Amino acid sequence: MSTVTLAGRVVEVDTEGFLLDPHRWDEQIAQEIAREAGIPELTDRHWQVVHFMRQTYLDTGSAPSIRTLGKASGVPIKELYELFPHGPAKLAAKIGGIPKPRGCI
Amino acid sequence: MSDTSDTSDTIEKVSIIISKGSLEGVYPGLIMANGARMEGIEANLFFTFFGLDAINKAKHDHVKVATVGNPGLHLATWAGGVPGVSALVTRQLAHEMERLDIPPIPEFVEMIADSGAGLYACKASVDLFKLSAEDFIPQVKDVITVGEFYGLAAGGQIIFT
Repeated sequence: MSTVTLAGRVVEVDTEGFLLDPHRWDEQIAQEIAREAGIPELTDRHWQVVHFMRQTYLDTGSAPSIRTLGKASGVPIKELYELFPHGPAKLAAKIGGIPKPRGCI
Repeated sequence: MSDTSDTSDTIEKVSIIISKGSLEGVYPGLIMANGARMEGIEANLFFTFFGLDAINKAKHDHVKVATVGNPGLHLATWAGGVPGVSALVTRQLAHEMERLDIPPIPEFVEMIADSGAGLYACKASVDLFKLSAEDFIPQVKDVITVGEFYGLAAGGQIIFT
């Protein structure tokens, strides 16, 4: 647990860089986390996924599975892996300011 | 780099063998392959022997739980052998898995292929069961020999299920 400055705001993050308080998030922070993760610019498709993940977490208390993400976000699995290389569920959650998803699916 | 083995702190590549044709024999390999892709780990899936059922168009929707000779199920052998019991137990388990958002085998294999994992069928088993590439789902990349599998698996870890 430590504090970092993202987009000019001081926020608390866990050891992997996930925001500890989802409500401290804003879109500028999302852009900065994305840049640090190797995505220079978030496109509309990226945002579609990020918003879906964040909203599902805020509505239900947990992030969607990769299966649900592929079916209900409007972005299919193939494209998810193109938009977010190395694990879309984890990366989209981090960019969306929600905790790291803990699931096997 | 492809000649060195995976000795770093993190796993970069896995090649998973699925050799069984029961529901409980197929899922662990699929979960591991999908889990690997979710962590950004390169993954290959190699289906051999009865594991071929998971990629066989005619069979992949009919994979059942083994209810006889399966001590983990804690079901008496005589009970497990009654006609219809395997189908019933499979249906119950499939219902529970759906509740947990675990997809049925055909959908799961397609998801794993879409995530970028390589799917391969074992040539020896294909010959043994008199199958051909046309019997498999389109996501299967190739029918390969064990030697070709070792080539594909180089630089990563091999997981046998």
